Amino acid sequence: MLERMHGRLGDVLFTWFLVILGGAVLLIAALMAWELWSGGALAFHHFGFGGFIASSSWDAVKGQFGAWPFLLGTVITSALALTISFVPSLAAAIAIAEYTPPWLGEIIAYLVDLLAALPSVVYGLLGIFVLIPMLRNYIEQPFFTWAITKAPWLLTVLGPPTGIGMMSAVLVLSLMIIPYSSSLARDAIKLVPRSQREAMYALGATRWEVVRLVVLPYARGGIFAGVILALARAIGETMAVTMMIGNGHQLPFSVFGPAATMASVIANEFTEATGDLQMSSLLAIGFLLFLLSLLVNFIADYILRRMTAGEGRK
Amino acid sequence: MENVRMETKEVTVFYGQKAGVSSVSLPMYDKKITALIGPSGCGKTTYLRALNRMHDLNPIVRIEGEVLLDGENIYAADKDPVVIRRRVGMVFQRPTPFPTMSIFNNVVAGLKLVGVNNRDKLMEVAERSLKQAALWDEVKDRLSEPAVGLSGGQQQRISIARALAVEPEVLLMDEPTSALDPISTQAIEDLLATLKEEVTIVIVTHNMQQAARVSDYTAFFLNGDMIEYGPTDKIFTNPTDERTEAYITGRFG
Amino acid sequence: MNLRRRYLRDRVMVSLVFAGTIIVLLPLLFILGYVFVKGIGALDLNFFTKAPAPPGEGGGGMLPAIAGTFIIDIMALAMGGLLGLAGGVLMAEFPDHPLNNPLRMVANVLGGIPAILMGLFAFVIVVVPMGGFSAFSGSVALAILMIPIIMRSTEEVLKLLPWELREAGLALGLPRWRVTLSLILPAAKGGIITGLLLALARAAGEAAPLLFTAFGNQFLSLSPFKPMDSLPLKIYVYAISPYENWIRQAWGAALLLALLLMLTNFLARRATRR
Repeated sequence: MLERMHGRLGDVLFTWFLVILGGAVLLIAALMAWELWSGGALAFHHFGFGGFIASSSWDAVKGQFGAWPFLLGTVITSALALTISFVPSLAAAIAIAEYTPPWLGEIIAYLVDLLAALPSVVYGLLGIFVLIPMLRNYIEQPFFTWAITKAPWLLTVLGPPTGIGMMSAVLVLSLMIIPYSSSLARDAIKLVPRSQREAMYALGATRWEVVRLVVLPYARGGIFAGVILALARAIGETMAVTMMIGNGHQLPFSVFGPAATMASVIANEFTEATGDLQMSSLLAIGFLLFLLSLLVNFIADYILRRMTAGEGRK
Repeated sequence: MENVRMETKEVTVFYGQKAGVSSVSLPMYDKKITALIGPSGCGKTTYLRALNRMHDLNPIVRIEGEVLLDGENIYAADKDPVVIRRRVGMVFQRPTPFPTMSIFNNVVAGLKLVGVNNRDKLMEVAERSLKQAALWDEVKDRLSEPAVGLSGGQQQRISIARALAVEPEVLLMDEPTSALDPISTQAIEDLLATLKEEVTIVIVTHNMQQAARVSDYTAFFLNGDMIEYGPTDKIFTNPTDERTEAYITGRFG
Repeated sequence: MNLRRRYLRDRVMVSLVFAGTIIVLLPLLFILGYVFVKGIGALDLNFFTKAPAPPGEGGGGMLPAIAGTFIIDIMALAMGGLLGLAGGVLMAEFPDHPLNNPLRMVANVLGGIPAILMGLFAFVIVVVPMGGFSAFSGSVALAILMIPIIMRSTEEVLKLLPWELREAGLALGLPRWRVTLSLILPAAKGGIITGLLLALARAAGEAAPLLFTAFGNQFLSLSPFKPMDSLPLKIYVYAISPYENWIRQAWGAALLLALLLMLTNFLARRATRR
């Protein structure tokens, strides 16, 4: 009897313990959205929500702050990085899931995943001391010198060939997001039933035809979800981009020249923010970044869920 | 006397060191249905897949002996598995419609591989194959809908139509009705009777009644060996080997 | 017959697939090799035992950052582990609980949010009220980063256990909490540890959430309520500094951090295998 009471009391306490901690997690998430919003409220109020987003001036001296250059910078760098990384990341996924013996596939998969395990600051470090000088000396400057004589109109598009800027950041970003799209694509390709491949082989298809006509279409949901997740990573990536992009918020951006993203401007200016308005503007950018990540993640989640639901139906 | 369309001579299929099928010699007569029967695990599917080089896809499988198609060994050095598989089509245990393709594109998938893109030609072939597969009337108004929306029996007939569209000389069927309900099974059995007027059929089944109903010749497999082969009536009424008799009378398997 | 052309395309595409794979792998191998070569020279005794020397002087080490990394990450793991485990257990063991759907959504939301926002959040709710940067606030930021990872992995491994195991325990007359604590959690130990270690590895490489929380500290500090240094933070600061000696140490720190993370990842994989 006592034993049983003890058990029941224990159950109640245990459940409450879990509920309180679980509730704390919910509270943290809610509080986070709220704090970013209310932290940015001053800026949103001062410039207006639309005005803050659309304004492209960012001037601490004049007290003018707008999110547009950073929004644009985030969208451009992420989109470019995604475009560059898509083919190699899909190629790696196909190689692992289709073209290599399992032992080799496992090694390649491990190495690709290792790209995600390396800290962002290490990418930044290599970016500063390897990629930037390389790009500057072997690509940007030769190209720039060529443009001076042959195509002067290109110069404003190219921007200063210092190595520090958009191009370097985008290249590093492309490398960093590869594991995210590649691993989901790989999983999706591995889930394609053998019967599907065999049915195509039985029609007299070559290996590539099986991949292109059966495997990739069948796995397209997972491949696309991986792309969206990689996009989410690219949007939020902070340190490597901050270290390489040059932190210039002067529009228009150029190919070689400095730029900034939402994450990089926060990383760069938050501890040095002078005055409440700049601080609030940075928090407001944080809030916008929060919304953007949320949106992208919900899209990825929706696709993944639809994909698994579709498989359930068969 | 009928022609031999396809023939195996002492075919042995090795999985690594282990033989899945040992030294099977069988003729397959032109425009006849040959049934391969036997308890599960007896090697009949393994044997069937040796007939269109499906085992090539698995690196640990090795094949000895000869598989002759119109007198030529399909495993000869100058033979290409891609070409062989067009001449020897296959239908699998479960329906395998390509989920991202419409009914129409499923049926003509094999033709598109070889670069046939003429819409009229494709339409003509699709209609012919779907009629052969006794499916035309059911799907002619929704050719552009996804094939996965069809019932299991219809999906299996799509798979058959798809295999027929490339006009194979031989059609291999691996337990084509085992995943289907009785009515769909009936439909496919009826279909076989008309199909054999145009194509040589080899069918694996572990449903003995089915073999008795549809086939002209039957081969009985047990533990990787081909025990007995002969005209279907003879195998089912007067088998020579006592193991065959034991199987068809239901004493094991 | 255009068979030859089809085979040609087949071969071209295979080559492209492997070329693409090599494009992915080469930079990785280069990074690993380069960090090793540049970093190994900086890893001397001073590196592990001394505090940083002033910029021009040379010498000095990474002791505050190394110690700080461990302190911050362990505090973060304690907080994030507790909350993450609780959430995961709730979702897996009480499948009908009304909190589960919101929790699952929140795990998704938190999991997809840039790490730097965890830093902003910790700044607002810890640094501002406490009146200054602190190791504790950094741990809070990292803990929030860990929660969704731990929560999801815990839920997953617990759900892999057959429901009969719970029923067997309950049939023995054990109360629910005993079943969970002494039957279910021990049975899923390997998977849970994997989740914890993966979360740790993920958080330990992050500098962004620490920028305006732990902030960094040139001197060895063990107090959780003072600014504290950490390896990722130090790599960032040194990398953008103009001093030869600091940059050299940044490479050493990068190597050390990469090795620690790979070790953690390796241990995480091993924990499940057994």
